[in-house]
Amino acid sequence: MKNSSRRGFMGKAFGAVAGVGAVASLYAMKRSWDPLPSVKAAGFTTLDMSAYKENELVVEKWRGKPIFVLKQSKEMLATEDKNKRVDNGASTTAMDKKRLLKIGGEYYMVCIGLCTHLGCIPGYRPDKKNFLCACHGGMYDDAGMVIKSPPPRGFDIPPFRIDGMKLVLGETSPEYKKMLADGVTL
Amino acid sequence: MAHFTKATSLHDWLNQRLGVDTLNRVLATEYWIPKNINFLWAMGMILAITFGMLLISGIFLLMYYQPNVNLAFDSVNYTIMQEVGYGWLWRHVHGVAASVVFLIIYIHMFTGIYYGSYKKGREMIWISGMLLFVAFSAEAFSGYMLPWGQMSYWAGMVITNLFSLGGLHADGLVEWIRGDYVPAQAFLNRFFMLHVLLIPLAIIGLIALHFGALRIPHVNNQDGEEIDFEVESKKYLAGDTKNSKVIRFMNDFLAKDMMVVGIFLIFFFYLVFYHYDFAMDPVNFDPANGLHTPTHIYPEWYFLWSYEVLRPFSTNVGLIAFAFAQVIFFFLPFLDRSPNAVPASRRGLFQIWFWAMLIDMIVLTAMGKVPPEGSFSVIGHYAALTFFALWIALPFITKFEKKV
Repeated sequence: MKNSSRRGFMGKAFGAVAGVGAVASLYAMKRSWDPLPSVKAAGFTTLDMSAYKENELVVEKWRGKPIFVLKQSKEMLATEDKNKRVDNGASTTAMDKKRLLKIGGEYYMVCIGLCTHLGCIPGYRPDKKNFLCACHGGMYDDAGMVIKSPPPRGFDIPPFRIDGMKLVLGETSPEYKKMLADGVTL
Repeated sequence: MAHFTKATSLHDWLNQRLGVDTLNRVLATEYWIPKNINFLWAMGMILAITFGMLLISGIFLLMYYQPNVNLAFDSVNYTIMQEVGYGWLWRHVHGVAASVVFLIIYIHMFTGIYYGSYKKGREMIWISGMLLFVAFSAEAFSGYMLPWGQMSYWAGMVITNLFSLGGLHADGLVEWIRGDYVPAQAFLNRFFMLHVLLIPLAIIGLIALHFGALRIPHVNNQDGEEIDFEVESKKYLAGDTKNSKVIRFMNDFLAKDMMVVGIFLIFFFYLVFYHYDFAMDPVNFDPANGLHTPTHIYPEWYFLWSYEVLRPFSTNVGLIAFAFAQVIFFFLPFLDRSPNAVPASRRGLFQIWFWAMLIDMIVLTAMGKVPPEGSFSVIGHYAALTFFALWIALPFITKFEKKV
């Protein structure tokens, strides 16, 4: 009786020690899978916004991801009211206006060029002024708002700070925070 | 301590220390297999042999492969293919075997479904087999990353994005899995580790479990007859081999098994030498480029059916559909409510269910390959709905099945 209760105690004591060890090991393993600090700290990309041409998509790179920069032409801004979804006809005008960045009196679409469905890179069609994703047929308008499923939302907008004619990606700003608050981007 | 005597031979020496005779008897000569089976019962051995070929070819590829984003592509396409003597052989054996192994797995699975080999004590065989299917899928996916071509990169991007769990936007989880914002060095390295160590270890363990699960219920037969292995093996051992319903695993059954394996190997090496290109996507001969998506992204043929289940729906519904398709086969022994463990041909409606499921999966596979446009997209959509309808119908049609 005495023996078995001692064994019982030793069993529980071992269980407690092993439990702590198991949790600690799992934490260490989880941390080892985390992105490295050097990866996380990697680059802030600065763009010179005066270099872009109207209705000409330029793909920049930020943290390994493609960044779409599309300077809006007068015509694109003028037809904004007519933008609507291809699949159900809902208007995207309200969102389109909030998505554009105003820098030096010009309007730009700046967003992460990955389809919000499963991360493919959609192609821009300058004649139709929209983006088509080849993977699953998703479409976006010239402000980056989704106009055909399956993508659940418009292109995500990276954290940015406007500095004169320069745009710093990776830094946050009141304009960006407002976009987050308005649900323009995630 | 056991009593040891002076050994009369090497065999006796080993036998005293390891019990090799007992081992041989239990594992081979007195492991009983029913006589009443056909060539479809040889698929297990074909799978074991194919896994062996994957292991051996993999060992040689591992000697020259470089898990580095700058070197990986050339280490495969230049070093292994051009410089290493017979490097092309290992690569083509590895690539073709990775594809063919799924063909055999599907035949093996559907044989089990047809003959009801997942019921009446054989549930663990089915479940361990499904775990093997999942492990092989993970192994195939992680291996596909390694040449670091365009398809590797974009398949890696798309599949890891699934873990953002749609509307939950678990981007942190995706970045954690990748070790970076996009598939990059950390990603390649960890999938390399998974491919060459962790998943193969899991597969070997699961194969042991799968074989172990077979021991007590024994192999099914093509009439679903309940054989008393105790009685039949005694008959065999007493010399009445003709009237016994069973034979020894070794050498009796293996002789036929290896005959089928031989035919398979001829077909397999025909593919390796003359048609290896079917397992090598041309797009993957472009080096990975994170700033350019290939026009069509599709998985290897063996994942197409589950990819097509995901594709016609919006993100969240698609993800749920995909998750459903991934796990539903595990529940087959419990969704099939009929006590009949006999071939589908004698089970009425279940026979229709079986062929409908097989055809539906072939249609899903075909639609997964073509671009999601026009009538293909419509057919794919209905095939996906049929897939779910069939699974929902299964408990009902089997519940009312007549006992045979």
